[in-house]
Parts: sequence; structure tokens; C-alpha cells
Amino acid sequence: MAVLVDKNTRLIVQGITGREGTFHAKACAEYGTKVVGGVTPGKGGTTHEGWPVFNTVEEAVKETGANVSVIFVPPPFAADGILEATAAGLPLVICITEGIPVLDMVKTWEVVRQSQPDGKKTRLIGPNCPGVISPGKAKVGIMPGRIHKEGNVGIVSKSGTLTYEAVYQLTQRGIGQSTAIGIGGDPIIGTTHIDALKLLNEDPETEAIIMIGEIGGTAEEAAAKYIQENVKKPVVGFIAGQTAPPGRRMGHAGAIISGGEGTAAEKMKAMSAAGITVVKSPAEIGDAMAKVLGKA
Amino acid sequence: MKIHEYQAKEILRKYGVPVPSGEMVETLEEADRAAKDLFDKGNAVVVVKAQIHAGGRGKGGGVKVVKSLDDASKAAKAILGMQLVTHQTGAQGQKVQRLLVEEGSAIDRELYLGIVLDRAAARLVFMASQAGGMEIEEVAHATPEKIYKEYIDPAVGFQPYQARSLAFKLGLKSTQINDAVKFMLGLYKAFVETDSTLMEINPFITTKDDKLLALDCKINFDDNAMFRHKDLKELRDLAEEDPLEVEASKFALNYIKLDGSIACMVNGAGLAMATMDIIEYAGGKAANFLDVGGGANQEQIENAFGILLSDPNVKAIFINIFGGILRVDVLATAVVAAAKKLNVQLPIILRLEGTNVEEGRKILKESGLKFEVGATMKEAADLAVAAAKGGK
Repeated sequence: MAVLVDKNTRLIVQGITGREGTFHAKACAEYGTKVVGGVTPGKGGTTHEGWPVFNTVEEAVKETGANVSVIFVPPPFAADGILEATAAGLPLVICITEGIPVLDMVKTWEVVRQSQPDGKKTRLIGPNCPGVISPGKAKVGIMPGRIHKEGNVGIVSKSGTLTYEAVYQLTQRGIGQSTAIGIGGDPIIGTTHIDALKLLNEDPETEAIIMIGEIGGTAEEAAAKYIQENVKKPVVGFIAGQTAPPGRRMGHAGAIISGGEGTAAEKMKAMSAAGITVVKSPAEIGDAMAKVLGKA
Repeated sequence: MKIHEYQAKEILRKYGVPVPSGEMVETLEEADRAAKDLFDKGNAVVVVKAQIHAGGRGKGGGVKVVKSLDDASKAAKAILGMQLVTHQTGAQGQKVQRLLVEEGSAIDRELYLGIVLDRAAARLVFMASQAGGMEIEEVAHATPEKIYKEYIDPAVGFQPYQARSLAFKLGLKSTQINDAVKFMLGLYKAFVETDSTLMEINPFITTKDDKLLALDCKINFDDNAMFRHKDLKELRDLAEEDPLEVEASKFALNYIKLDGSIACMVNGAGLAMATMDIIEYAGGKAANFLDVGGGANQEQIENAFGILLSDPNVKAIFINIFGGILRVDVLATAVVAAAKKLNVQLPIILRLEGTNVEEGRKILKESGLKFEVGATMKEAADLAVAAAKGGK
């Protein structure tokens, strides 16, 4: 079954004529994702790499029947891109762009979370995320497709490359993945650890879950509580930044230990207490999952 | 991005938020003249404050309250140029190169005001507390009920009724409420219009003659929003930052200097943090955090190399790349070119995976340079630690 993206995904790419947009539209299509077109304001009516380009998301949705959008628009315009996709009624919007100003996201998220035209709601993933992949079905994002393998482990992660790391370790051990969801490393993100866990928990194809977090905020603690109360599937967890100094922003806008809050130690403690198998080294994620599944 | 107190106060002044009059000075002569001006205007008390980005300046001896010109001179002499050590500077401290010479205030009450982002609520929150002048994190931890909060709806912004509510909870006199509302609304406007991520007035004081003043002020800006604030960008004081970090920021590299001996070059912040972690588990210590980012090009990777090599503590270089946006062959080409160009003598250990990894490995192999390649992250970390210890 997988979640969020699959064979029914009809993808449009916002920013398709840009360098990254072009490269990844092609990579997604090569993986087997149904890419149906793109949006670049001012270039409507043209074709790019064989795909029709539209001026607006609304037009693109109307003409192509798209149900997912992926955003590769530069940071100053990306929040606008999210709002446009939301206004067009797309059920799923995945924003890859890194570097959107926080106050732009505060306003944008307020609109997205209240977007319920006809009772329907837009789900936003990201920003500052690698996207979502359901191996063997569809890839909407920037992850390298070839390291994945179709299977039954769901992954939710704040970090892109660390997700690839976990996927790779699983695949090398012959363990496939149902869906890997990169939720992003910004302070404000559309889909949190809890939201993604809920989806994976309800997915009959997902048998076990890997949760990857990093320093900053308290989302992992909240997710641990949610897992303890709701998730019966085994969960393996890792937190990046165990050796990060406090008060310094470690690359991701959200990755900062401030006011004694957001340390890896606190998160790992809460996760262990919730029954999650927490590994200290990022190299142990695959082995821990193999053990949990009885495949070690 | 951090700024100095005197710069933060100038911003507040522009938004009609009352602050003590004062002047930033960089020499002892200027300090004397600024103090004389204030005494001449009839002030009985003058305050000399060290301007560094770290907090806790008072406890470290960086703030002096004086009542004569002679004492003002002595204070300036003692503070200007000192290595000021606070709980935020580390043991080596931070050199004081600027002073704020300011009029003293007759403090009645010391309160606290702050605006931050509440990540869980995804909204800005305006905080107020009667426990001013203390470490607010400690107050929040020990007695969270002593911090009053108003969450802000971004559609309409911070409203007067919310400011009134906070003002009454602070126990301000009825004659001070209107001023307090104006004060708080001004603060919020400044926050939003400057794309701040943090604004703290600690202490926010009432004076014996019932006035309200921002006695201290801390503002951090959102780096991601500086593209629309060319004027604010100029407030950056490079002397307050690590020189290597300043250099890295010129190339839009995410670099943070640490005190270990294994330099790291990684793509992705999460993997970069995890790389630091795994080095520690392998028995070593990372010399830095470095995320070369998703769209890094050859030139940028060469720049990154240059920065890693300028850290004298570095004994080995660990390159850990998992290619998504950044293709492994691009990285490999850049590593080879940079290593040749800079004639790198230190051991380089690589772990590469992801898009175009085969091409990448081929480029390394055909380069004629001596690279050590670890098959897994753990193996590569072990190799890097061994190389840094010289016992490979």
C-alpha cells in the first residue's frame, strides 16, 4: 500500500525549468513516477524536456489532473509557491526548498493548516526536506532512487542524507521499505514526526518504523509519547547531534540546542522510555532494525 | 545573525520603544567625552557596558555603574580591550572592542519581555515575566507559571488586548498600562519588520518616576531573511565571530569550528551531525561541523577544502557524502582538483554513496592520489580516527 505517493501519483513540478527542477523531474520520471507537467510563471504554453509547462498551478492541475506538487522554487518565492499549490486544492505538496524565512513559514503554515475547501485539506511536507519515496511505486523528491528496495519498513526523518543512510543500511541487509518520508529540518514544517508516524502506523504494509530526529525543539519527545500510546509496530530511533555544542545552529535552521531544550540526550531518553529501540551510532540503524524484525 | 546591544537599542528607538540615551564608543577618548556629555546633561549616574555578542556580561565584569567622570574613565580603561569571560563565551572569552556609555536609570522594578517562535505551536509567542534581570531559561525551567504568554495569530498580528493582558499580569500601575501597550506593540512591529527570530528585553524596567525603559536588549535576525534586509546585514560585526566561520560564510558554507582533530566534509546537516557523533564513538573528535549543502559546485568544495586545511588542529580529513542533489562524481572531481591544487599532505578518508557513485569512485581511483575509502560509515570513521592518531 505505502503512504502519500504511489502508482496513482500524478506529479507536477513547480520550478521545472530551473536547474534542480529539471534534474529531479527527470530523475523522478526515470524512477517510474508519473510526472505530468510543470509550472514556471511566464513560460506557460511551452514544453520542457517533453513536459507541458503552465503559468499557474491552478491551470496545471486543471489540464493534467495532477494530485501532487513538488516545489523547487528559490527561497524568496517558495512560500508563495506553497500557498499557490494549496489554493489550487492539491491534496499533497512537497517543498524541497531550503532557506525559507521563518516568518514567511509562520504565515504560510497558518493558511495551509486551515485550508479545508470542501472539507479537503492540503498536506504539506517540508520545507527543507528530501521528499517522499514509496520504493517500486513512486519517488517525489531528491533521494537517490537506486538505494531503495520495496518492502515493509517505514521511515520518518528530519534529515535527508541521514535517511538515505538508513535506507541504504536496510537495503544492504535485504530489508525493503514501504515509504520513506523526509519531513525536513526547519523550525516550522507541515508534517511532523507524529503526523508521519500516524500514517505509517495505519498503513497495513508497514511492519516496522525507523524514526530519525535531530537536536532542537521537542518534536521527538512528543512523537515518543505518541508512539508509547498508539503504535504497536516496532520502532528503531536515532538522534543526530549527540556531540553538538549548545547554542550553535547545526546547519538546519531548526537544529539548535537553546535554553537547555532540544538536546539529543533528552530526546533519546524519552524515546527509550517509550519502548523505542534507540541506537547511539548512525551505523547501527540497519542492524537494529534487522534484529527487531528477527532477521539479524 | 546576532547584533550588539547598542545596535538593538537603535532599532528599538526607531520603533518608538524607549531606551536610555547613550553612545557607542571604540576608544578611551570617546568614552570620556561620551561620559562627560551625559554628566553635563545632569545625569548623576552613568553606565559603561562592554559590547560583545555573548550574554552574562555583568557577572564577568563587563558592566560598571559610575558616579563621576574619573570613575567612568577607570571603568572604560578596565573594560575596553579586556578578554571578557562569560558563561556563553567559553574559557578564552571575547575581546571587548566597543563600549556603550549610557545614562543610568533609577530602577523601580525589573521585569522581562520577549518574543520568540514557539515551534510546537508554529506561532510567535510574546512572553512577559515579573522575574526580570534573571536568566529567563532558569525561570522557565524552575517556575514556568511565572512566565505569561500570548500566542500571536499571524493573520492579524499582536493585538492591543494581548499587550494589555500582559501589562496587567506584570502588575503595572494603571498609569503605566498605555505606555506598556505602546512599548509592546512597538517591539512586535520591530520584530516582524526586521525578520527577527528572537527579541528579549531583560530587564524591562519601570523607573522611580513611573517611566518604562528597555534597559538591555537582545535581537537575533533570521539569516534566511537577510536577502530582503540589506541595511541590517551591515550590522554584522565580524570581529565577534570565528575567523574561519566568517571565511566559510563568504562561500555560503555551513561551517562551525569545534576543537577536535578530524576535519569533516559532509553533505546534509543531519549526516554532518551524525558524522561528528560517529567519530566520537570511534574514539576521535571532530574538528568542525561542515555541511557543503545539496547544490555545492566544484568551486565551493575547493573553498571548503581551503577552510578545513586552515585549521592547524586538523590531522585527518573525513569526507562523508551521500549524494542526492549533490552528485558523487561532481564531489569526487572537486576533491581531486582541490587536493592537487592545494597539495594536501594530510590523510583523506572518504565514504561515498548515492547518485553517480560508480563514476565518483572511478574518478578517485584514476586520480593517482592516495585516498582511503571506507566501505561503510563506521569503517571510514575508524580509518579517520586511526589516521588522525598517526597509527594507521
